[in-house]
Amino acid sequence: MSDLSAPSSVPFPRLRPWLLAVPVLLLIGYLVLMDNGAVSQTGDLLHELMHDGRHLLGVPCH
Amino acid sequence: MVRTLLVRGLLLGLLAGLLAGAFAFAIGEPRIDDAIALEEAAAAAEPAPADDGHSHEHGANVTRGQQKFGLFLATGLYGLTIGGIFALAFAGLRGRVGPRTDGGLALAAAGTAFAAVILVPFLKYPANPPAVGDPETITSRTLLYLAMIGVGLLATAIAVTTSRRVPGGAWPRGAAAVAAFVVPVAVAYLLLPTVNEVPAEFPATLLWQFRISSLGTQAVFWAAFGALFGWAADRAARPASAPAPAAAPASA
Repeated sequence: MSDLSAPSSVPFPRLRPWLLAVPVLLLIGYLVLMDNGAVSQTGDLLHELMHDGRHLLGVPCH
Repeated sequence: MVRTLLVRGLLLGLLAGLLAGAFAFAIGEPRIDDAIALEEAAAAAEPAPADDGHSHEHGANVTRGQQKFGLFLATGLYGLTIGGIFALAFAGLRGRVGPRTDGGLALAAAGTAFAAVILVPFLKYPANPPAVGDPETITSRTLLYLAMIGVGLLATAIAVTTSRRVPGGAWPRGAAAVAAFVVPVAVAYLLLPTVNEVPAEFPATLLWQFRISSLGTQAVFWAAFGALFGWAADRAARPASAPAPAAAPASA
């Protein structure tokens, strides 16, 4: 890990367990950018709270 | 190493998201206010077909002030999400694909991701302000938008694979990569349907200003995140024992 000139690659078996974070992160992303109550069960709340962010981050909002 | 990268990716993503939120607040919010004012004026002028359940907005009684706070919540959480996913992708690419330094790889990967995941969908299905877009078609528009993100990622994979098979120096490889990226994107642009839901009376200038501020918000995020993450990854890879020389020349 101390070879500065060429970064050593992380072996895939060591990387694999961390990939479990990806679905969790994608769920957060979905709730922020797209959910309209179907998953969060809060009705319009997330849509309205994240409303300006959705528009300005460029995802279709409504 | 993976853990360090992931934690830093999450935190720096959050930070870059808040910076993008500040940009969006300063530049984008006035445009949203203008668009909402137009929307409400149009609704008021209409000869009151009134409450037929068409209040797709403002159902949950969130005020405009709360929505402006929500802007920072949204961009911050967006940054957190992207930062985490980016860090894991970075850990996988490191030493396998792309520039050989951590800082260089971070900048190259952030720039590529911006092109593939933001610019490619934006140019086909640009961001819309309130009052533009038919609520009835939100599902299909969202799916088309996600499809364009998929096209951007696929085109990136094709470009990387292609350029690695091209013999010669950096120039032919670079040209091959660009061509292998642009061709699938162009094909997708031609094949996928056009969305045209801008009301005839919506001001073109306001639409342009909104879209530029939206693209700018993403540009701020990716530039800030790429630079911050590159800096942090460089530091993470450096041996902790580096300098801090005990006998610093008396400069204090």
